Amino acid sequence: MIEIKNLTKIYHTAHQDILALDDVSLSVKRGEIFGIIGLSGAGKSTLIRCINMLEKPTRGSIMVDGQDITLLKQQQLRTARQKIGIIFQQFNLLSSRTVFDNVKFPLEITGIPAQAARQRVEQLLDMVGLSDKARVYPEQLSGGQKQRVGIARALANDPKILLSDEATSALDPQTTRSILKLLKDINRQLNLTILLITHDMNVIKQICDRVAVINNSRIEEVGDVLSIFSNPQTPTAQSFIKAIINKDDPQEYRKDLIKQHGDKYSRLIRVSFIGASAGDPVISAMIKRFDVDANILHGNIDRVKDVPFGHLTLELIGSRSGVERSMSFLQDNGLDIEVL
Amino acid sequence: MILSAHAVFANIDLNAFWAQNSWIGEKLATATWETFYMVIICTALSYLFGLPLGVILVTTEAGHVLENRWVNRSLGVIVNATRSIPFIIFLILVIPFTRLVVGTSIGTTASMVPLTLAAIPFVARMVETSFKEIQWGLIEAAVSMGANAWQVIAKVLIPEAMPSIILGVAITTINLVSYSAMAGIVGGGGLGTLAYYYGYQRYEDLIMWATVIVLIIFVQCVQVLGDKMAARAINKRR
Ligand SMILES: Nc1ncnc2c1ncn2[C@@H]1O[C@H](COP(=O)(O)OP(=O)(O)O)[C@@H](O)[C@H]1O
Ligand SMILES: [Mg+2]
Repeated sequence: MIEIKNLTKIYHTAHQDILALDDVSLSVKRGEIFGIIGLSGAGKSTLIRCINMLEKPTRGSIMVDGQDITLLKQQQLRTARQKIGIIFQQFNLLSSRTVFDNVKFPLEITGIPAQAARQRVEQLLDMVGLSDKARVYPEQLSGGQKQRVGIARALANDPKILLSDEATSALDPQTTRSILKLLKDINRQLNLTILLITHDMNVIKQICDRVAVINNSRIEEVGDVLSIFSNPQTPTAQSFIKAIINKDDPQEYRKDLIKQHGDKYSRLIRVSFIGASAGDPVISAMIKRFDVDANILHGNIDRVKDVPFGHLTLELIGSRSGVERSMSFLQDNGLDIEVL
Repeated sequence: MILSAHAVFANIDLNAFWAQNSWIGEKLATATWETFYMVIICTALSYLFGLPLGVILVTTEAGHVLENRWVNRSLGVIVNATRSIPFIIFLILVIPFTRLVVGTSIGTTASMVPLTLAAIPFVARMVETSFKEIQWGLIEAAVSMGANAWQVIAKVLIPEAMPSIILGVAITTINLVSYSAMAGIVGGGGLGTLAYYYGYQRYEDLIMWATVIVLIIFVQCVQVLGDKMAARAINKRR
């Protein structure tokens, strides 16, 4: 749906040339939610702004639904932009217009007849759950409500793709979740392709199908969200994952534990799991089967696109062979084990 | 008894005063009306021309919807040049043009020409400032939805800047009151002429002070009205 090839963007400023995008190539499939994650200054906004030509690329091509956006003339570009929805971190709603008229704004731009426009706005407000706020001005809305208006407005002209520039970065975690859920619902209902950029791995984790990691103007890693989570290749990706997975520091309890049961054999391990095995009663089966005790010291379970994902720090206590065999048992069941 | 006698005396005094000075009241009323309509018409005309110029000044800037370096630069130079001429000199400079337009350079109609011409670049800058207060993100949002330049101007710039533009109208009107008095000194009519010919040249203190009071009240009213209307435009959004 979006095909970016060798995209380079250089900003020429008075003092220097800034290479904001360095030979970026990406492909976003129809109907998927694609996330781009990177630190501040990595080039995310530049990338998304090139897709609707708010920034003119220095080199490269950007195909949106088979049409190279970079080659369009002014009038063609305006028509193409009407089919590219975008939502912003700062919402960018018009303070002079009510919620209703804000959503109607893009329909006025395309020149939809008033009656049809009104119906469309009502339908959109219903979809984002703001029908009761139609006559209210944006200033009276909470951040989450403002973004809902932003989403309704972005969808007004039935876009082929929806771009999101840090749309939840100004919102609290709970509101962020509800906005992400709305985006996901829309993605499913309309089979709408969504390209979002963020610096927050939680956003990627909650709704993205695939993710690209951007660092220093380059795409460093692209892949399925689950595989990036379970097996990040680059230091950038690893640090993003680490930031949201709340791992414990084994040093805190290691010394005390080993001392406590001097006669028995014990091992401190961290079990990482991903996918279905998290749901199986593997640990309890292990305890019964090998006659070991499992002392749970720390645990963390999360969901990445509805797939359980997490880790558990355990102290296994029992006979030496029981503990060793327990560990291979866990591995055989698809769990990843790290001896601490 | 005593009280009523007092009242009678006061009455007689006031009547006598009024009989002596009633011509002042008439002069004052005429002059106030002249100033009023001069200022109102000049404000309207200066916005008719100044508002579009302000729009052009803003939208032809680099990166804006009608980016045009050449137009932006030249217009900026013209506006600045006009604004740097002191009004009293400007008045004299445009006399040939005034004669051409209205046939004379004396009187209220004639003084509206230099007043309007001087106010246009002022208005253009005021409007420009109002537009620049708008968050750039709003303009970008409209552009990214496919809006053309005209739609950005009519649907984003002007409505969003409206409260600020209204305040600008009040400031312009007040400035025009004071400029119209200056025009009055060279025969422009209105309160300025009255104050100059009677108050200054004939030492009629009463006229001088009456003029000052009328001007204070007028300016006060304009400012209060402007503030009210701007506040209403903002409050509507809350
Ligand atoms: N309009 C601009 N002019 C000059 N440099 C810019 C401009 N916009 C962004 N940059 C620079 O380009 C780089 C990438 O910026 P940006 O795309 O905004 O990053 P991100 O959105 O990931 O924080 C930064 O170094 C930034 O300073
Ligand atoms: Mg950014």
